[in-house]
Amino acid sequence: MNANMRNIHKRLLLENVSRRDMLKGVFAAGGLVLAAQVFPRGALADGGSVNAYKTGADGMPGGTVWDPHVYVSIAPDGTVTIVTHRSEMGTGSRTSLPMIVADEMEADWSKVKIVQAPGDEQKYGNQDTDGSRSIRHFIQPMRACGAAARKMLETAAAARWGCSDMEVRADMHKVVHVPTGRSLGYGELAADAAALKTPRANTLELKDPSKFRYIGKGKVQITDLRDITTGHANYAQDVRVDGMKYAVVARPTVLGGKAVKWDEAAAMKVPGVVKVVAISGTPMPAKFMPLGGVAVVADSTWAALKGRDALKVQWDDGPNADYDSGTYRQAMAASARKPGKVERNEGNVDAALAGAAKVIEREYYIPHGHHATMEPPAAVARVAGGKAEVWACVQSPGGTRGDVAGVLGMKEEDVTVNVTLLGGGFGRKSKCDFALEAAMLSKAMGGTPVKVVWTREDDIRHGFYHSVSYQHVTAGLDASNKVVAWRHRSVSPSLMANFMPDPKRESSLELGLGLIDTPFNVPNLRLETGEAVAKTRIGWFRSVNNIPHAFAMQSMVAELAAELGRDQKDFLLEMIGPARIVDPRGTVSSELWNYGDPWETYPIDTGRLRAVVERAAKEAGWGKKLPPGEGLGIACQRSFLTYVASVVHVKVDKDGNVSVPRVDTAIDCGFCVNPERVASQMEGAAVMGLSIAKYTNITFKNGRVEQNNFHDYPVLRIGEGGMDVRTHIMPAGIDKPSSGVGEPGVPPFAPAFFNALHAATGKRIRNLPLGNQLTA
Amino acid sequence: MKLKVNNQERNFSGDPQMPLMWYLRDELGLTGTKFGCGVGLCGACTVHVDGRAARACATPMQSLDGKAITTIEGLHPQGNHPVQKAWRDANVPQCGYCQPGQIMQAAALLNENKRPNDEQILSAMSGNICRCGCYQRIFSAVKAAAKEA
Ligand code: FES
Ligand code: FES
Repeated sequence: MNANMRNIHKRLLLENVSRRDMLKGVFAAGGLVLAAQVFPRGALADGGSVNAYKTGADGMPGGTVWDPHVYVSIAPDGTVTIVTHRSEMGTGSRTSLPMIVADEMEADWSKVKIVQAPGDEQKYGNQDTDGSRSIRHFIQPMRACGAAARKMLETAAAARWGCSDMEVRADMHKVVHVPTGRSLGYGELAADAAALKTPRANTLELKDPSKFRYIGKGKVQITDLRDITTGHANYAQDVRVDGMKYAVVARPTVLGGKAVKWDEAAAMKVPGVVKVVAISGTPMPAKFMPLGGVAVVADSTWAALKGRDALKVQWDDGPNADYDSGTYRQAMAASARKPGKVERNEGNVDAALAGAAKVIEREYYIPHGHHATMEPPAAVARVAGGKAEVWACVQSPGGTRGDVAGVLGMKEEDVTVNVTLLGGGFGRKSKCDFALEAAMLSKAMGGTPVKVVWTREDDIRHGFYHSVSYQHVTAGLDASNKVVAWRHRSVSPSLMANFMPDPKRESSLELGLGLIDTPFNVPNLRLETGEAVAKTRIGWFRSVNNIPHAFAMQSMVAELAAELGRDQKDFLLEMIGPARIVDPRGTVSSELWNYGDPWETYPIDTGRLRAVVERAAKEAGWGKKLPPGEGLGIACQRSFLTYVASVVHVKVDKDGNVSVPRVDTAIDCGFCVNPERVASQMEGAAVMGLSIAKYTNITFKNGRVEQNNFHDYPVLRIGEGGMDVRTHIMPAGIDKPSSGVGEPGVPPFAPAFFNALHAATGKRIRNLPLGNQLTA
Repeated sequence: MKLKVNNQERNFSGDPQMPLMWYLRDELGLTGTKFGCGVGLCGACTVHVDGRAARACATPMQSLDGKAITTIEGLHPQGNHPVQKAWRDANVPQCGYCQPGQIMQAAALLNENKRPNDEQILSAMSGNICRCGCYQRIFSAVKAAAKEA
């Protein structure tokens, strides 16, 4: 245990709560129940850090900064139950986080049960499962929690044997008396351990990493594997509550539209329909409030769907009816072609461009995208007797609880949010509008439980869309072909429009996602934003603005390399420059968003970025000779404090069909808790990246989304590429702060793919998606 | 009308146009058959009708008189069909939502073709979307199951 690690324990109090009933509903009775409670900052006299290294858990909304509880209970039969407080949407957090606790407490994973916490940030710490933060922010508290449980079990065993603590050692679900080899199982010790006072935090010892059984090994099956493969895994779409009715909602197809007239009688005529309920919308900024519209409540989903068809709603579309993707794009282009607001400025770009031997200008466009989580949004609510209970597939259990309380005018204590499994999240399910609809409808139904089912069409037409982006990049080269100037203008309507009136450009949060944090080693650098006003709900989508920013930056680098006849990879490394810490905090106009985490823990380290580029290139056999019609492309991005580089191998046949025989992705995410799930995230990111590159395209006409379902909003299918993704995880010890994994695999993929496509065909694609641009 | 669901006799007298998916999910509580698109485009609702893969969302009840339906819950009494086992060996799922449909599709393929080649696997599985992108593992799990079957 190093000195810093010891500090964590000064402020980490493990409180024995087995005799309290605060855990009712989470645990069956009996056994040892531990709660790790981390004191709020400043609660201790020394004011020292609670962690070996600081993370941004401090800055998380909800004011639960240092209160990430992890609960452990042990039943007399030895079953260890571990609460997981973050939402599972496919990243593996429901496996990896409890695994940390289990490992530290020397529990046998085969005897561990996982229980999902309801939304309660006071009790569990921040639960907002986005921003690739679960491991990043909770590896340290979870290790401490497991260590405390182990310590209590050891103390109980020592008392039983009348020996010193020094003579006992926890070892795989039992405590051993070292001198004699006697042992007692965790189940046998549970009651005694529960009766003990919890050890002071500074008496705890963390395991030596060489003793880890699960952490860092990647040998554990995911928690819900059996249930998933037998059809017993429960998602919000699957929730059934006694007496429940089913609802679907006709929502305004234009943001801000209102239902003016509908045929309630026709809907009521459909057998099984029980009620038609109008839901009011909220003008922007509406945060996550429902869009409003008309709900049909029925005895079955089918009846509700037929009832909704019969409604024939007439809408007043409101001012956003003029939203047209074609004209909007032209306006964005115009905005990107004139000087914008300077967001980061180094050297003198104007002078450098004026004096450049060669100036190269390029423009890049990415349309709106939509998450299309495999499970469309759904929620069940029962609002009765002054209480509300919700079952929902939300990434934000705590936030949802607050928002449900808000729309119902209740206190948070009276609201329970049960978190189901999420059939995909990708950011969509951070927005709980669907859960709020369920709550409003159950209330309107006098307390009858109501399940709101979103169809795929509802999902695609009423999303929170990944922002459309237009970027104009100008590079200046000197006589020796060095890049001496880089002017980058980015135009993209901001997701902040959900939270504040009328933002006109990307916020500092969005700019920190791969624009103003660029590590490029160019002496004259100016990053600007142009104006664009949101005409639909903009929402974060897995890796957010990193997607367009990386696309433009990493494509431009390859374009320059091609222009100069240089090797893509060598030129990229030259752009990154030597290994160093890049600190743009003095040259940005507002704040440098570092993913909400402290700069000292997570600076921009070009050494690490270079290393993943080199590793991916090496693994992919960069430079190998390929037949005509094939090519390799490379791109990299630091995002969510993690460094990723991908080499994509592209093959184009004579009819212009593109395949991707192989992808090599190198990732440096600091200390890696679950390499197997990291690999699955990189595999998934390649598939999603290829979807973005080939298909993703939400367009608006007359204010309405033009797409409806998977026929006109295609996503990648099996065999279309990304079937051989090889993940190369950079080795890192436990002292290397863990960073994000769920998102960082996405941003480099599309530019690497288009760089490969260029290598294979000589064609440069600057407008996404690819569509039929190769053959047209 | 009469039909069998997971070997149990059932009588149905509701709306003949209702898709099988809602009958399974809402009436029988067999929610392993997932709702993904409702129009036959994603495969999340895949079941077996008389042993062959079918999209429950695009199969109206009226077409099922006398038919035998198998859902993921009934694929194997202990949940240990070779495809299910291969899935677990490869830790295939991410969010898991598409997986029952994938497994039912793969099981139907192996019913009909014990030794499918790569092309046949890809073409049989191409109607099943996995938005999480587990395709690489789905493919190798189907291949592994084919060796076992
Ligand atoms: S839900 Fe049936 S194919 Fe998609
Ligand atoms: S595992 Fe999530 S959609 Fe397939």
